[in-house]
Amino acid sequence: MVTHENGGGGHGHHQAPTGFIRKYVFSIDHKVIGIQYLCLALFSVFVGMGLSLLMRLHLGWPNAHWSIFKGGLMTPEQYLALMTMHGTIMVFMVLTTAPQSGFGNYFLPIQIGAADMAFPVLNMLSFWTTMLSLLVMIAAFFVAGGAPIGGWTSYPPLSALGEMAGPGQGAGETLWIIGLAIFCGASLMGALNFITTLIDLRAKGMTLGRLPLTCWTWFVTAILGLLAFGVLLAACILLLLDRIAGTSFFVPAGLVITDQVVTWHKGGSPLLWQHLFWFFGHPEVYIAILPGMGVASHLLSTFSRKPVFGYRAMVGAICGIGFLGFCVWGHHMFISGMSPYSAFAFSILTMAIGVPSAIKTFNWLGTLWGGKIEFNCAMLFALGFVSLFVSGGLSGLFLAQPALDLYLHDGYFVVAHFHLIMGVAAIFGMFAGLYFWFPKMFGRFLNEGIGKVHFWLTFVGVYCIFMPMHYLGLAGHPRRYFDTTALEFLQKLQPVHVFISIAAFITIGAQLIFLFNFFWSLKAGKECKEENPWHATTLEWSIPSPPPFDNFGGVEPVVYHGPYEFSVPGAADDYIPQHLAPNLVKKA
Amino acid sequence: MLRRRSEHGSTTVALSLAIFLVLMTVVSVYFFWAKVWWFPPAITAVGHEIDAQFARTFLITGIVFVMAQFGLAYAVFKFRDRGQKATYFEGNNTMEIVWTLATVVLFVGLGLYARNAWAQVHFLGAAPGALPIEITGQQFVWNFRYAGPDGKFGREKPELVSASTGNPVGLDSTDPASKDDIVSPVIAVPANREIELIIRSQDVTHSFYVRELRLKQDAVPGMEVHMHFNATVPGNYEIACAELCGLGHYRMHSMLTVMSEPDFEKWMKEQEAANQ
Repeated sequence: MVTHENGGGGHGHHQAPTGFIRKYVFSIDHKVIGIQYLCLALFSVFVGMGLSLLMRLHLGWPNAHWSIFKGGLMTPEQYLALMTMHGTIMVFMVLTTAPQSGFGNYFLPIQIGAADMAFPVLNMLSFWTTMLSLLVMIAAFFVAGGAPIGGWTSYPPLSALGEMAGPGQGAGETLWIIGLAIFCGASLMGALNFITTLIDLRAKGMTLGRLPLTCWTWFVTAILGLLAFGVLLAACILLLLDRIAGTSFFVPAGLVITDQVVTWHKGGSPLLWQHLFWFFGHPEVYIAILPGMGVASHLLSTFSRKPVFGYRAMVGAICGIGFLGFCVWGHHMFISGMSPYSAFAFSILTMAIGVPSAIKTFNWLGTLWGGKIEFNCAMLFALGFVSLFVSGGLSGLFLAQPALDLYLHDGYFVVAHFHLIMGVAAIFGMFAGLYFWFPKMFGRFLNEGIGKVHFWLTFVGVYCIFMPMHYLGLAGHPRRYFDTTALEFLQKLQPVHVFISIAAFITIGAQLIFLFNFFWSLKAGKECKEENPWHATTLEWSIPSPPPFDNFGGVEPVVYHGPYEFSVPGAADDYIPQHLAPNLVKKA
Repeated sequence: MLRRRSEHGSTTVALSLAIFLVLMTVVSVYFFWAKVWWFPPAITAVGHEIDAQFARTFLITGIVFVMAQFGLAYAVFKFRDRGQKATYFEGNNTMEIVWTLATVVLFVGLGLYARNAWAQVHFLGAAPGALPIEITGQQFVWNFRYAGPDGKFGREKPELVSASTGNPVGLDSTDPASKDDIVSPVIAVPANREIELIIRSQDVTHSFYVRELRLKQDAVPGMEVHMHFNATVPGNYEIACAELCGLGHYRMHSMLTVMSEPDFEKWMKEQEAANQ
């Protein structure tokens, strides 16, 4: 066991801080840090959504005048800046932070029976580094030229040549790269902490086979983060050097932009960036979605009062996805000019990664089968997750085939695919987790009635937004287009854009309902006086709501059971908590 | 206690969820099935091959989609809390093995099946006697270069590029081979003849994309990528840029005209005359 002098990890006893700053700002308590991450993600998701609202406003009615834009109309560079920042903020500040650094930080130590993360000070440092990264990125909006227009993938040479390549590609792009590099640093620290915590700080009896699936997903996600963010960090540094130090990692010789010859670069390769970026970028998809899978598995089991179907297969699938996740990055580059033979190899590996995903889906259905399903908001979002995961995952089978990608690549079909699976499904995982854990975190329940309105509007809304995008893609609509009427064949697709925009406004409105529920419930929600309101099994439900500073009151819990012992024959209750000594289990 | 209100209201929610899932599935599949918004007809043999692979993939994913969503709808309704006791089982190894193997065969098999179309596009080079055309992307226009009567592309130099003075690709006039090169902002090709494209970029990454050819290829600075096609249906087809290349990305388009051999000869003569 690891213990630390300073602040104390593991089960070392340490005193709760009393001052406001140490308690809520520079806290080393993993629970406070988890909430800080969730607040950062909550702020970011509303910023990201606001940006998409402006984009949808423009895409639905490209020629209408809106007083929010100078001269009434959006400019192409404004549109691309919105798009770039929407993608960046959503991917990094929401999808990477909330499921892993937010919920994982709060619940991983508790679920394994630890008093804190292995390195509490490092944990605090990762959060504040992430915050710095967010501030640097947002600053890109306010510098000369505005935010970058190169997309969240930031392909060079567009991203390497500075202002001459377009507005926003000057100071804005530089800030974007620096912000991202800082984010990589924060994520690396977080990943190390998660891995060490899970390996070293498990309570007695918490064998790997008794880990809740949430912990498995946080663990594998941390490993992915450790391996992927290091590569992105290197790529960011090289790109920054190309921009400010005159190196040429990504820029070849002989470029001419608006009749001006670029003489200061030679010998670089634009494809190198794409390889480095997607070596990170594809695992990143799983970083976003794996914790959602964990939460969905956890909740489907809890609220159908049944063990997870095929626990071992689920763990195998999580590890399989993690491993294969590093072998498929080339499917983002089928039409990049990469060797067509490696494209074919990447294609088969990508089809193969559909297998563990299918295993998970089968097992989720198997978990529900024969159960006794309770439809609270947490469960509804978990069920929504399964539906969205299937819908978003299956389109991956098209994009994994290079022959079909020739047509679909960089079109709206891709936009539909990744929004459904890594955006919306992952967010449903977060909502499920939030409705489930809110009473544990804050001692009050989120309002179920408002929550149901939120669920239905969101679930129907996201299908209305993203399903039609597949049709746009099939009709050949390229993505990242400022003007949806620029090509003749796009003009008859405009009604679809209008429909999507209206659906988006309603869905965004529904998130305001959620926001109200969140703050109202914090203040006036139904109080949760008991430790285990859901009759769940894992360790967080064995301690008060909210938990004390050191989680288990200085006593190390002992684990006797697997994580999902629901409706066990012969037991009086339909759940057996992990910490309950066998002789205390009531017989029927 | 909160969750002991058990079956209360669960039928309404379960039924609503099941109905929504079924409705969503049916409506989604309908729009794919009815081809309301769909591909334009393909104009090459490879295009038809790709469409056939699309059809196979639609069939398989469609069946899986319907079965999974209907299965979920059935499960949430059937197993809603009605005060019953949940059945205890932790899994079934035989089922795990069966569905793992089934998806391996289905998914990987589908991927292997797609090899043929991809091989025709990329593993095989252009047929002998193909007409070479060089495509250059630059912010935010396409330029197409024909080798002219001598069949040879002349030298190009970056420092000679001057869109404003009519030399958008930087042709070096001191090279005799470049004298008869024809540079055009649109591309015309004869029907039923193999065309070899040499795709490149002057500044940032672009992507040459024609829906009816079912082709898309990034134009990468510092690289020359070869593609080939043989279009059989005369007509005008829009060319778009598919890779984000800057603020004018959306307006970087051009036109591909497939014409009969005599019409093409005539078009070529006109270009040569204009080039004099």
